[in-house]
Amino acid sequence: MLKFILRRILLEALPTLLILVTVTFFLIRLAPGGPFSAEIDVPPEVKAAIEAKYRLDQSLPAQYFGYLADLTRGDFGPSFKYKDFTVNDLVNKAMPVSFRLGVTAFIIAVILGVGAGVTAALRQNTWIDYSVMGVAMIGVVLPNFVLAPVLALIFAIWLKLLPAGGWDGGRAIYMVLPVAVLCQHYISVIARITRGSMIEVLGSPFIRTARAKGLPMRYIVRRHALKPAMLPVISYLGPAFVGIITGSVVVETFFGIPGIGQLFVNGALNRDYPMVLGLTILIGTLMIVFNAIVDIVYGLIDPRIRIK
Amino acid sequence: MNTSRSLLVIACALALSANAWAAKVPPGAKLHAVQELVRGNGTEPATLDPNKMEGRPESNLAVELFEGLVSLDPDGKVIPGVAEKWESKEGGRIWVFSLRKTAKWSDGSPVTARDFEFSFKRMVDPKTASQYAWYLGKAANVSNAVAVMEGKKPPAELGIKALNDHTLQFTLEKPVAYVVATLAHGSLMPLPQKVVEKFGDKWTDAANLVSNGPYRLVERVVNERIVMKRNSHYWNNAATVIDKVTFLPIQHQSAEYQRYRANEIDLSADGGVPSEQLAQIRRDIPNELAYWPQLGTYYYIFNFRTKPFDDIRVRKALSLAINREIIAKNIVGTGETAAYSFTPATTDGYKPIEHAWEKLTQAQRDDEARKLLAEAGYGPGKPLKFELLYNTNELHKKIALAVASMWKKIGPVEIELVNQEWKTFLDTRNNGNFAVARAAWIADYNEPSTMLDMFHSKHGNNDGKYLSAKYDGIVDGAKTTLDDGQRLAAYQNAERQLAEDFPVAIVYHYSVRHLIKPWVKGYGRNPEGRIKTSDLYILAH
Repeated sequence: MLKFILRRILLEALPTLLILVTVTFFLIRLAPGGPFSAEIDVPPEVKAAIEAKYRLDQSLPAQYFGYLADLTRGDFGPSFKYKDFTVNDLVNKAMPVSFRLGVTAFIIAVILGVGAGVTAALRQNTWIDYSVMGVAMIGVVLPNFVLAPVLALIFAIWLKLLPAGGWDGGRAIYMVLPVAVLCQHYISVIARITRGSMIEVLGSPFIRTARAKGLPMRYIVRRHALKPAMLPVISYLGPAFVGIITGSVVVETFFGIPGIGQLFVNGALNRDYPMVLGLTILIGTLMIVFNAIVDIVYGLIDPRIRIK
Repeated sequence: MNTSRSLLVIACALALSANAWAAKVPPGAKLHAVQELVRGNGTEPATLDPNKMEGRPESNLAVELFEGLVSLDPDGKVIPGVAEKWESKEGGRIWVFSLRKTAKWSDGSPVTARDFEFSFKRMVDPKTASQYAWYLGKAANVSNAVAVMEGKKPPAELGIKALNDHTLQFTLEKPVAYVVATLAHGSLMPLPQKVVEKFGDKWTDAANLVSNGPYRLVERVVNERIVMKRNSHYWNNAATVIDKVTFLPIQHQSAEYQRYRANEIDLSADGGVPSEQLAQIRRDIPNELAYWPQLGTYYYIFNFRTKPFDDIRVRKALSLAINREIIAKNIVGTGETAAYSFTPATTDGYKPIEHAWEKLTQAQRDDEARKLLAEAGYGPGKPLKFELLYNTNELHKKIALAVASMWKKIGPVEIELVNQEWKTFLDTRNNGNFAVARAAWIADYNEPSTMLDMFHSKHGNNDGKYLSAKYDGIVDGAKTTLDDGQRLAAYQNAERQLAEDFPVAIVYHYSVRHLIKPWVKGYGRNPEGRIKTSDLYILAH
């Protein structure tokens, strides 16, 4: 196990991250328009002073290696846009917000998605199956930028039951609408994957054997079918978890939630190079970690897969 | 009376007549028990450090937390701030400000002239890397400000000096009559030197920030909210009515509008009137839509480096063919006015002149445009082809489409509309890689020079590269003319020159637009768009 983790870090994670940092570092600088281009065109002397402050006057390789050196100390640099903060400050404050929102939405999505998928699979080709999958299909195609204002209109403006936005340190009432919008897509996808996988497993010989032995269906599902049926779901959940906790741009922007998603989109629009780089590294790292966790969980669930 | 004496009299009269403003609640008005206001603020401010501000979201907060030498009343008139009175000497070259002795920082220590001197030197110092470092030199004409900004002189040589704790002296390069108007700018706040030096870049943290305005910072959550409470040490705190104000940085107008409709916001950000919802707003909440003229102009720049825009006939033809009334009234439609001069009519010290072409009907203008275009050599066999560049935005697109269709009416004109994302657009425009590009200019202070300087050959925003020695001479002369009447005449001459050369096609003058709950009162019609919470109060509802 220790060997597996070490190999993952040294041979896979670090080189992947280095490539990611390098490509992002140069790509973002290729985007037209600099971090300090503004409507009011500042005199060249002022521009030079600003660029000197943020080391943009150095050669590109010097900037690159300077950045890598800072990175080894865990320093993501100053934010070019939010001058009162470093990238570390901003990410440290935003990450727990996106994490809290994301984990809540994720748990709900897994419970409802798997539940709906299994139910549909067991009642395959009945009205229950069709209605569950119909709703799931709507969930897949309904974009969150449509759902968010519609829910806010109904629950905040008409019924006045919930706030239309804000976070207030993550108070439950402020989380209801964002969580609902954030998890609807995931519920639908998880339900569809679970159903497909479950139907396949239910048709396999070892389930037929179990049924022939006269075991009750509930027992078969829980004891024999669920584990193998979960394999494709789990490989989807790893990256989905990273996606959901690193923030949804639409949900955070619409509901005014101070998370990672807003930082990312504003970072790109403002050409806030250190911010974009920092978040890319963060998301890249999480992606690698959760893919590794998925591999480990695979081994635990499927006896045919073993970590060597 | 010589000029310096007259300036002195004007300055003193101004200082005496305008007492410091604060919320003026009419007698009999019943106030709400809870005086807490929630406002939209557009986007997350780049900083709370006034010296480093970039635009409106920052200056909106600066004027709540800090108070400069002078301030603006609800209608935008200059009123005393920390400076109680001021006088000019040496014919307007030296200005002396007397600071009120009751002004205090939120930690209770006195605000002194040295706090202003420290702030202004810091702002110009290249080490601070302020985007407004040019302002004291180029707008206020403070002596040595440009040299300090360019690193040619040390900040100590800036022409601003504390003569004692309560007297601040400005020395200008040249006498400027309107210097006081430039000092209401959001970047020109005093700073608490000890706090800034102790905490460095972290001095603006809620735990560290010390301010001298009506409010003090309580909480800042990036991308969610900025909360302020009244500053009990503010010298005019007794006149403040609202106890707590929360600013929400909501970028998307539609998101802000939803929260406004859900009664979570009392006062939208400036411009917080989504055009897609305008019809609904007019139907459902017409009394909550407020707008008034703003010191700002929407226009298209012709690039003199690109043929055929070096030809006055082409520029004039395209400019004449734009039906400004339709664009201002029917396409934008929230109080904007058709523009024929670059300087808005509401600018202090400015009276617009009527240009000859302005007196024509649109049909006559179109005829004239057709003739000019034909004279320039464009006809059935040779269409005028060019790209019209704008930054990606629904409204800019609508306007560009309308203008393109108006241009097509005057002859064989083939226009390709090109839109670019904001930063890309700025880069393209600043580098001159365009034929015709959308632009807008919002005044930094209430005086015509902030508008007309734009076309000076040395101005950084003269992106079309209109180079006219004649125009430069008129504007340079106007800025240093002390007599109000002569200065006005000079500004009018500058506008005449623009109407002769057509370096840009002026389209409309902006308006300040807000959604305001009916219980929020105390705001005026400030053409600079500033609404200070300390002027407001909330009626019982």
